[in-house]
Amino acid sequence: MLLARIVEDVVRRDGARILASLIRLTGDFDRAEDALQEAYTRALSVWAQNGLPERPAAWINTVSRRAALDMLRRQRSVPLEAEPEAPTIEPEAENPSGVEDDRLRLLFTCCHPALSPEARTALALRTLGGLTTREIARAFVEDSTTTAQRLVRAKKKIREAGIPYEIPAREALPDRVATVLSVIYLIFNEGYASTEAPSLLRPDLCAEAIRLARLTVELLPGEAEAGGLLALMTLTHARRTARISSEGELIPLEVQDRACWNAPEIAAGLEALDGALQLRQPGPYQIQAAIAALHVRAHSAAETDWPQISALYGALLQWAPTPVVELNAAAALAMTLGIEHGLRWIENLEQRGELSGYHLLPAAKADLLRRAGRQPEAALAYQAALALVRNPAERRYLERRLAECSTR
Amino acid sequence: MKRPDFSGTYNHFKGHSIMKYACLIYGSESEMAHLSQEEMAAVYARYTAFGKELAEAGVLRGGSELKPVSTATTVRIQNGKVLTLDGPFAETKEQLGGFYLLEVENLEQALAWAAKCPGATDGCVEVRPLGMGA
Repeated sequence: MLLARIVEDVVRRDGARILASLIRLTGDFDRAEDALQEAYTRALSVWAQNGLPERPAAWINTVSRRAALDMLRRQRSVPLEAEPEAPTIEPEAENPSGVEDDRLRLLFTCCHPALSPEARTALALRTLGGLTTREIARAFVEDSTTTAQRLVRAKKKIREAGIPYEIPAREALPDRVATVLSVIYLIFNEGYASTEAPSLLRPDLCAEAIRLARLTVELLPGEAEAGGLLALMTLTHARRTARISSEGELIPLEVQDRACWNAPEIAAGLEALDGALQLRQPGPYQIQAAIAALHVRAHSAAETDWPQISALYGALLQWAPTPVVELNAAAALAMTLGIEHGLRWIENLEQRGELSGYHLLPAAKADLLRRAGRQPEAALAYQAALALVRNPAERRYLERRLAECSTR
Repeated sequence: MKRPDFSGTYNHFKGHSIMKYACLIYGSESEMAHLSQEEMAAVYARYTAFGKELAEAGVLRGGSELKPVSTATTVRIQNGKVLTLDGPFAETKEQLGGFYLLEVENLEQALAWAAKCPGATDGCVEVRPLGMGA
């Protein structure tokens, strides 16, 4: 039905903005959600009768505000005298950072460090992403009851512990922006490599994360890392269709069909990266985006600028000295200085045991051994990776490689 | 128009609410016991300065150091009888060593104060909103 599609469109485009202002108006997450829902329901019947309003989003905004105030009135024992017919929109209160936007306020509230990481992501997906509880549950591979409880608990903690609905003060902002960005990146990664979803990709989650990052960049244009994250996700997402074969198998970067990469998205990603780099505040997201940019700028896998990618991984290790970054750095080193150098690093990582249980370690090792022509050892490593991998698309890739190594 | 005010809503969102929080200071008593006299004096001086800052900001509503858990006695009614036991209710690696009661607008402000508390450096500070009867 066309009307339902139009309402859905308003929900997608303007839902978060309206919800965020309703939360400020009512001072209550649940009441704001109920009021918005009521406006959507009313839109379906009123628009069917009277035709589409000139500005559907503005209509939803006004009606949901009125619904919110009606709810407040009904809950009050003593009625207010001289109630205004339509609610006047109060100017937003001054906030310490100087940036005014309800959605940003909502993002910071959802991503408050006093909430558990799972609750932050779920609440951000629910309120800003507009995802249903069932959709969030699917993304996290848990049942809806668990997600619903998580959301209820988070809202209760916000209310009872007094987590503010505000953008933090300037001095606290860098720390808090980092949390916001990490939640956005988590949403993206869940979409990019769903741990247990039947397919590797959940493009809707990726698109949502990119939208939130774009919003953060718009609202905090001075935060270079926000631009870095936007660039990183946009450049990664631009390669999505080349990443999975028609048989549902993961296609590694080097053999992807580069003609399938989305050129306008790549251009947008490179532009976001340039904007971020101009601020001259280096950071890990910008470095990762720069690595992604070098990959998409190469016309073929052979033309990839591995020395520079290796150097960037070296810089990234300064910011994020994690074993996962080391693994990537080792793979880049193998492409720069030679396979043996990369293998030695990976074997060192293996001995340290920090990545035991992480399927990409034996998978990376197997790929290098295979390139070096050490097929029996490669087969063993592919088997080790297969014992750990959970995603079916990655499994199919590893199985094919294992078969190749075993038949020689 | 008067701003509506309801119990059960997020009144602290409105920016002029009053919330009360307990900052519970946990630290290792055994480590404290190993401090020299001068070091102990330095710790107390930091707490005195912090307490003064809280009072000057007008957010301090109470608080105190607690004597070590070796002085604690735990009482529980079991089968209608008072059971009195020597010691704290639970043996832990870090012990509750003191607390502050603060009155601020929201958790953000309470956490900012907690981070300034010397206890956050020496151990940790648990921030809890006060409930009924506060």
